[in-house]
Amino acid sequence: MLAYYFDLALRSLKRNRALTALMVLAIALGIGASMTTLTVLHVLSGDPLPGRSGSIYYPQLDPQDMKDYTPGVEPPEQLTWTDGMYLLRAKRATRQALMTGGMVPLQSAQSSIDPFQAAALYTTADFFPMFGVPFKYGNGWGAGEDGSKARVVVITSDLNDKLFGGKNSIGQILRLKEAAFRIVGVLGDWHPNPHFYEWYMGSYASDEDVYLPLSASRDLLMEHDGSTECWGNSGGDQSHLETVNCTWLQFWVQLDSPARVAAYNDFLQHYSQDQHAMGRFMRPPNVRLRTMMQWLDHIKVVPSDTRLQTWLALGFLAVCLINTVGLMLAKFMRRAGELGVRRALGASQRALFGQLLMESGVIGIAGGLGGLLLALLGLWLVRQQPADYAKLAHMDITMLSATFVLAVGASLLAGLLPAWRACRIAPALQLKGN
Amino acid sequence: MDVLPIFASLRKHRIPTLLIVMEIALACAVLCNAVFMISRRIGDIHLPNAIAEQEITTIKLRGTDPKLVTSDIPRNLAALRNIAGVQAAAIASTVPLSHQNWGWSFGLTQASSVTDQNNTNVTLYFLGEGADKTFGLQLREGRFFNATEYADSTVGNAALPTTHVVIVNETVAKQLWPGQSALGKTIYSGPNYFTVVGVVADVLRPFVSTQNEQKSYYATFYPMAPDPALGYYILRSAPADRDRIMKEAVQKLQEINPAAVATGVTYESMRDQYFANTSSMVWTLTLVCAVMLAVTAFGIVGLTSFWVGQRRRQIGIRRAVGATRGDILRYFRTENFLLSTVGVIIGMGMAFAINLYLMQHYELSRMPWYYLPGGAIALWLLGQFAVMGPAMRAAAVPPVVATHSA
Repeated sequence: MLAYYFDLALRSLKRNRALTALMVLAIALGIGASMTTLTVLHVLSGDPLPGRSGSIYYPQLDPQDMKDYTPGVEPPEQLTWTDGMYLLRAKRATRQALMTGGMVPLQSAQSSIDPFQAAALYTTADFFPMFGVPFKYGNGWGAGEDGSKARVVVITSDLNDKLFGGKNSIGQILRLKEAAFRIVGVLGDWHPNPHFYEWYMGSYASDEDVYLPLSASRDLLMEHDGSTECWGNSGGDQSHLETVNCTWLQFWVQLDSPARVAAYNDFLQHYSQDQHAMGRFMRPPNVRLRTMMQWLDHIKVVPSDTRLQTWLALGFLAVCLINTVGLMLAKFMRRAGELGVRRALGASQRALFGQLLMESGVIGIAGGLGGLLLALLGLWLVRQQPADYAKLAHMDITMLSATFVLAVGASLLAGLLPAWRACRIAPALQLKGN
Repeated sequence: MDVLPIFASLRKHRIPTLLIVMEIALACAVLCNAVFMISRRIGDIHLPNAIAEQEITTIKLRGTDPKLVTSDIPRNLAALRNIAGVQAAAIASTVPLSHQNWGWSFGLTQASSVTDQNNTNVTLYFLGEGADKTFGLQLREGRFFNATEYADSTVGNAALPTTHVVIVNETVAKQLWPGQSALGKTIYSGPNYFTVVGVVADVLRPFVSTQNEQKSYYATFYPMAPDPALGYYILRSAPADRDRIMKEAVQKLQEINPAAVATGVTYESMRDQYFANTSSMVWTLTLVCAVMLAVTAFGIVGLTSFWVGQRRRQIGIRRAVGATRGDILRYFRTENFLLSTVGVIIGMGMAFAINLYLMQHYELSRMPWYYLPGGAIALWLLGQFAVMGPAMRAAAVPPVVATHSA
């Protein structure tokens, strides 16, 4: 029966090839263009650590003076060295890591490779287990190395490929800012998107090349890039960042249960109160404890341009769907006579429904397939752009199925109404009208 | 032309009529907002920048020994000036659109404190001797720095330089001292003060503000003797020589500073890189708009074709009782005009509402009023254009069709 309906659908569609092609093209264009834009957004607003981000939190304190204070004002985005080190050493969370980024001149032992500026992340031991960073060779460093300002370094697999041809480089020496660092780990494939933990370097920029202990970076006075916010009479002098009134460090914690989250929030409150009582914090306790996704939303890591484009893409998709429905309706309404004849000859309402739905389904599937091809083409075009998020624009399986469901769903919907109307008319009336 | 028969006929096809009106309305609303966004982004990409953009190459040198800058910088500059084709070479702390910003807030009275909220936050450009000419800064008022001022200024580890003179952008001058000449005026921050000796045509900051175009020009310039804060070597040459000069300069600096890392880029590609995301967005939006208009046109062609097919007999009868081809043509064009009119009226309302919503949620500015009639006219024309084909076919129906049975 289905094969027969399919045959009927093809015949009916062949009767007016130009218009059939027009309908398929309209659906394909609509689905293709809106899917391209929506995929870009899907990539951009994605969860950087699926399955893990729910227990990662970003604590904030407010150590500033009373200048410009109003109750409820947003605390600084980063921490001072004093507060960061206190929270780190307090170990009140399951895991915690303090970090900042910078550029550091890197020279490998091989003289064949010229020295270059490597993007570095200066952090502490828990960074790797907390974010679930995979290792290809070796491991991260421990709290001991943090304490002893050890000259150890973890490198990315890209850098390992570049310097050591992808071989196990554990134990090899890298020169960073003229100092010898021993490689203790080589990362596996790890590219969190957005680059959530050091957004000042460009949220969708590529990852850093090297990770080394924060203590060692301060020991060597390595350059700290990104934002340094100061108050009072402090300036962002790179060599005394430990003592100045400036916030320049990011701090992340892992909290595994709501009870621990509440306890950590209390801990931040109490710490602020103590500091306030001691006179170091001028402001009354003003803390925040956001989850990773709340934080990403707060710092507007998803470009608002992309949000706007999504709105436009959805509007555009609506135009295309309305267009499809309109064309289908017009086409099927004309067929009332033909359907009347089939009814009079004994076809059941179900049979007519089946036939019409098959016909609209065929258009929907053809349009969906075309849309898929166009979306792939569109994403390829996006990837050719020099924009820094462009590399990530790939079609995923969710988007793929959404494409089909939308295309077929819209055209079936468009088939339903005329089918229902055509079937409601008594066959005799239909025949008499002719 | 009598429109009543058209209404009567449209009433018989309520759902397709409604759909086409909705489609035109939505297309109009999306079009207005998209074109508005595109034009704003194109404005960003073309922000004027009063330096010799086409002739500048920058070389960033990092990892040099801060203790040796007083001898290193003059030596490096001398080496760079020896490269064939280099018309001028100088050093600066940063360059426009490099993302490397050194900012500070200033007040207008000696009493203004460092963190006063009324202070104006500006970018600080530190210029080594000759950087004004190398950049091609355009003096509007006053003078550039003299040799003594260059020699007497350092910044070291402080936030502000030791000089007491400053050159400001035109926008800064207008903003801080509206209606007056900025020359001789002073900006303050704590114990530091700087007197304006010159005003230059607007140079962009290391980053631009997408919300407020004015703020993209809040930049000030200070003289500076060789200092660790200076890290960008600026070379001026004929545009055709830039690539060769960049390669030679990087090689030369790398040779004489083996411990440091030199990276070179022509200013033009630095600017392109800065706006890469913006221009990719402009392309995407333009393409989406074009596709949407095409789809809308397809919809009109398709629907009108079906109607023409359906009414062949009626058209034949009208022709038989005396209607000319022109009458038939006019009938379909008027019908389309009526549908478009209703569509664009709803569409303009929607476009306005969307703009209001975006203004509240995304700090978008108000859409100028002419975008609305602009979008409406575009869709009217699109409708008339799309209906031409099917209407011509309708006009070609011969009167004899009236005598055929259905």
